[in-house]
Amino acid sequence: MSTPFLNTPNLPFCKGCGHDLIAKSTAQALEKIGLNPLDVIMVTDIGCHGIIDKTLNTHTVHGLHGRSVALGAGVSFAMENTDKKVIVFLGDGGSTIGLQHIIEASRMNINLTIVIHNNMLYGMTGGQTSGLTPTGFRTTTAMDGNPFSAHDICKLTHTAGAAYVTRILGIGNISDKLAEAYSVKGCAVVEVVEICPSYGVKFNPKRKLSEIMESMGHTEGVWTNDRPAYTYPNTPKQNNLLDKLPVIEQKHTGGLEKHYQLVMTGSAGEGVQVASAILARAALSSGYQVTQKGSYPVTVGVGFSTSEVNISPSHINYHGMASPDAILVTSLDGLNHQLKRINAMKDGLLLIDSSLEVPSTGAKVVSHDFRVAGPKNAALYSLLMFANITGLVKRDAIIDALNDMGLGEKIPVEKIEGLLNS
Amino acid sequence: MQQTSKSKMVITDGSRLMIEAMARAGADAFIGYPITPANLLYSYSAARMPMMLPAPDEITTLQWMTGLSTAGKLPVTATSFPGYALMLESINMAFMMEMPMVIILVQRLGPATGTATCGAQGDLMLLRGQISGGHQLPVLCASDYKDCWTLAAESVKLAERLRTPVVLLTSKEGIMTQRSFDLSVLEDIQPVFKNRYSKSEPYVPYLADDSLVPEFLEVGNPNHQVRTTASTHDTKGILQHSTPEALANTVRLERKANHHLKSYTFFDIDEQPGAKKLIVAFDISANAAIDAVAMMREQGEKVSLLIPKTLFPIPDDYYEIMDRYDEVVMVEENLNAQYARILFGHRLPSKIATVGALGKMITPQEIINGGK
Repeated sequence: MSTPFLNTPNLPFCKGCGHDLIAKSTAQALEKIGLNPLDVIMVTDIGCHGIIDKTLNTHTVHGLHGRSVALGAGVSFAMENTDKKVIVFLGDGGSTIGLQHIIEASRMNINLTIVIHNNMLYGMTGGQTSGLTPTGFRTTTAMDGNPFSAHDICKLTHTAGAAYVTRILGIGNISDKLAEAYSVKGCAVVEVVEICPSYGVKFNPKRKLSEIMESMGHTEGVWTNDRPAYTYPNTPKQNNLLDKLPVIEQKHTGGLEKHYQLVMTGSAGEGVQVASAILARAALSSGYQVTQKGSYPVTVGVGFSTSEVNISPSHINYHGMASPDAILVTSLDGLNHQLKRINAMKDGLLLIDSSLEVPSTGAKVVSHDFRVAGPKNAALYSLLMFANITGLVKRDAIIDALNDMGLGEKIPVEKIEGLLNS
Repeated sequence: MQQTSKSKMVITDGSRLMIEAMARAGADAFIGYPITPANLLYSYSAARMPMMLPAPDEITTLQWMTGLSTAGKLPVTATSFPGYALMLESINMAFMMEMPMVIILVQRLGPATGTATCGAQGDLMLLRGQISGGHQLPVLCASDYKDCWTLAAESVKLAERLRTPVVLLTSKEGIMTQRSFDLSVLEDIQPVFKNRYSKSEPYVPYLADDSLVPEFLEVGNPNHQVRTTASTHDTKGILQHSTPEALANTVRLERKANHHLKSYTFFDIDEQPGAKKLIVAFDISANAAIDAVAMMREQGEKVSLLIPKTLFPIPDDYYEIMDRYDEVVMVEENLNAQYARILFGHRLPSKIATVGALGKMITPQEIINGGK
């Protein structure tokens, strides 16, 4: 005889509780469809339904209130054998807390069955209203009747894309209906409507389940979406992230004797970040150590664009930049962003576009029309001029870096150099 | 610094090194969602990890990870404080269930959303107090790009070996900055051995030997029933109120990380004979501290440097080292000397000086000045 799904007929629920019916019908349903207990991973969370764990011979995972669908989704993602069955039990309270998880599982059509034990209130914590409590239903926190309408969890999950959705009135033997749901490949959502014998019956005497469902406009039924279950795409991944990094050998020499700090700044679209990356590469190919970091507003396509580059003949530890040796400014956005630093410079070099008013500074100022080669090339133009003036990194190193980065076709280097030499 | 014939110089950020190292060490999946400054880790994972799934939010991230972990996968995610805060209950769950995973916490300026693109070291108190009951997760902290490689791999191995979530701590400046870096210094990483229970006797999921680490078996296996729960539980993984067996399990959880601490105590120490002053710095501030120490020595001052890399649990080694000095300068990019106060309490001993900052990296000069 095969191992039963339940290890006891005496389940730990109140007399008359629909959870008892769901658990026993689930055991029957799983036997009907030929599963063994170790084919099943039962994921539960907080709420009366969750105390079923210890009576099950399946694998059991017991998580946080309302999170069992997301927890079960994780289990499902890991299951390479899709014959394994991930079942998630949760209550209407848990469904309220974790509504997004249910919608997401439906949207992604994750291969699991979600069984919502909808007894129309939070039972374990004392009978409070949930998001699935019907309008007018009395709970310990709504003694005059719930003023809000309940989610139609079936409509929500069907609309979101679950392969199979069913609402079942929790009366009689429901194992055939559950067996159908447990047989689905993909996301199956089962709402079993019950009434909590401790709080629901007590505060809503004489009300019948069928009448309550009717008052909500909810009906029993099955709704499907013809969709394949989600499976992780078996596309090959890149083997090694480091292979993509170009190894940069020293091919050049420069005139750098000590740690040098440079800021390039302008507006988005002026090639500031690209030019500073070219500089970093050129510096490394000249035998120097470099750091480079960009700074720009949250909306990266507008406003200032600034890059800080450290270049050093020796290893760079601290890469911050209190007082740069040079600042290259190609537009007003950049000038405004770096104005305090420019004002504070006691020496060093300021290259600034000739359209801008030269601010107060102790740096040596070179004002030049960097935008004449087109605004996209302004930063690179300023970089080539910087190299020309200082000789710290040579022109050939910059041109090599630019070509190695595949930018030779895109940037009119000859035009810029022609302008530079004129 | 001249390149040698063995050098493999590249320009990289630390995020790339971390994800490559974790994939090599045996991470199976990355559960991602976008948050600055952890986004590079997410995008590299999409290209590299055997499995990468985009989660809709932070709670889902940790729940998916725990589900994957119960089924035998070793997942990784990366976040910053706003996301970490939302993950916290689920991190407690993963801790209670003893599920291997790594959470990379990239610190940024808070409180709340603060400034997403500004670094900080403001989450130490959070990390020390994150588990209800005061239990500790291993927290490793990268202070340079070599650490981004080595400690990323160690965090994966540690998570598997101790059956626990592990936090790999870093900060915006520590993993986003592009740096020249010599790949030839990186050591090979072998994938972690994933031990699985293989005996024929029934599996008891939380029965541990003297190692205090229960053997692992995944749910869904065809041989043994596996139970796990976030609630107080006995060795069988069955929820209990507060039975002696269940409380003993929680006591074991308290002891587990400390029991193995020696095996994952990582720090750098640069002691100068005759020095009476010790500088202590970690994460991004360690870089400034290295420069500060070099400058001080150049000026004739004798000084030593400790760079802690295992932040929690706190290794006794740190106290033993600090006890050897008359002055200790603790450097961290926050307003309230968090790690110093975790080490020594709210009233710091008179020999402890602190250097802090908000919204900017601490400079070498500030460290030099702060010790005077």
